[in-house]
Amino acid sequence: MAEIIESGGGKKHGKKGRKSHGSTHVDMTPMVDLACLLLTFFMLTTAFSKPKVMEIVLPDKKPPTGEQPAVQKNKVVNVIIEDDKAFWYNGDAELDPTTKLPKLNVADFSKDGIRKVLLLRNKDLFLKIDEFTQQVLKGKLKLPADSVDKRLKQFKKEDKSGPIVLIKAGDNVKYGNLVNIIDEMAICNIARYAIIPITPQEKEMLVAAKALLPPTPVAKPVTK
Amino acid sequence: MSKLKMPVRSPSVDMTPMVDLFFLLLTFFMLTTSFRPQEAVQVDTPSSISEKKTPEKNLITLLISKDNKVYFNIDNGADSNSHMRSTLLKAIGDYYKISFTPQELKKFSTLSSFGLPIAKMKEWINASDQKVRDSLCASGIPTDSTANGSELQMWIHFARLTNPDAEAAIKGDFTSDYKVVKKVMDILQDKKINKFDLTTNMEKVEVKVKDIK
Repeated sequence: MAEIIESGGGKKHGKKGRKSHGSTHVDMTPMVDLACLLLTFFMLTTAFSKPKVMEIVLPDKKPPTGEQPAVQKNKVVNVIIEDDKAFWYNGDAELDPTTKLPKLNVADFSKDGIRKVLLLRNKDLFLKIDEFTQQVLKGKLKLPADSVDKRLKQFKKEDKSGPIVLIKAGDNVKYGNLVNIIDEMAICNIARYAIIPITPQEKEMLVAAKALLPPTPVAKPVTK
Repeated sequence: MSKLKMPVRSPSVDMTPMVDLFFLLLTFFMLTTSFRPQEAVQVDTPSSISEKKTPEKNLITLLISKDNKVYFNIDNGADSNSHMRSTLLKAIGDYYKISFTPQELKKFSTLSSFGLPIAKMKEWINASDQKVRDSLCASGIPTDSTANGSELQMWIHFARLTNPDAEAAIKGDFTSDYKVVKKVMDILQDKKINKFDLTTNMEKVEVKVKDIK
């Protein structure tokens, strides 16, 4: 491929016996072309960011033996996801006099939606964890990464003030919404949450709540 | 008046530094690139704030497409000598009374995700190109339970037997139905996998303290 260009020039009629000095200059253009081509190829095909994963742990399917701890009613927040919205009600919400069922509130998955509801309920724990992580980030507290994780876990374990969030999925739920709501749990530092099946009463409540909503032509789930 | 003659300068520029740089970059990109085999289906994952990296090895991936089909993928194991895919295919072939030739087992280990009934597996492995394979994968792996459990259940079962270290990851599309995902989760739980990963894109979310004060 490389070619030696004999353009040293003008020496062809040199004196007898003396060898003509060909230039040692090699034409590198094809090689550079090829290098450029390969470089472009690799630059375009490289994917730097690896996909991330969100780990979830579900309880064993076998029903637990022994006495199960009772849940305080006023701590529970029920979140029902359906149609790209999050319907929620508190465990100690007032019952509607006619239907004997609590009324559902509607929120979406935006910044001021369900996140705000959960943040306000989880204020104490959130502030505590936020302060701790800020200290670590600013370098006031010097801890190895795994002991930071341990401390965070401990905060969540010891927490008594935060809500217990029960996540339920309606019939018309997209997978993205499930990830959204679990993600909200992570954002709001909710210590205790569970994904459980929806009850028949809640289905009724959902139908009633949906009837009150203004009709929306949007059927496509919206990314946050 | 005679014309002023400018000295003729050679138009060639010394390109050595540029070429040096090119080669440096080329070497860098060549060494950092890792080729991902093409998936059987395009999946648009939802985003989360999780920063955990996807394990590179020992991973069972269950892809759930937009149209709610389930696809299966497993890597060859941590060690390139472990040949997990071949072992798995042999085991599941024995179960369904389909015998695969050594060539087919070898070919299978170089392929990627698939979603088709086991009966069509031979056809898929021996397909001439990717287009034919994709068209064979139109149905997804059957999840309907039969008397002995669904095919997906068997794939997971044998995958766990061949590679006990394997973790499971669900890579679902944003718009796939929760019901299908739930079904896959149930199957995983039936096989005693209670901890698994949901593949997501990374996104940053900042919550300001003043929002809640």
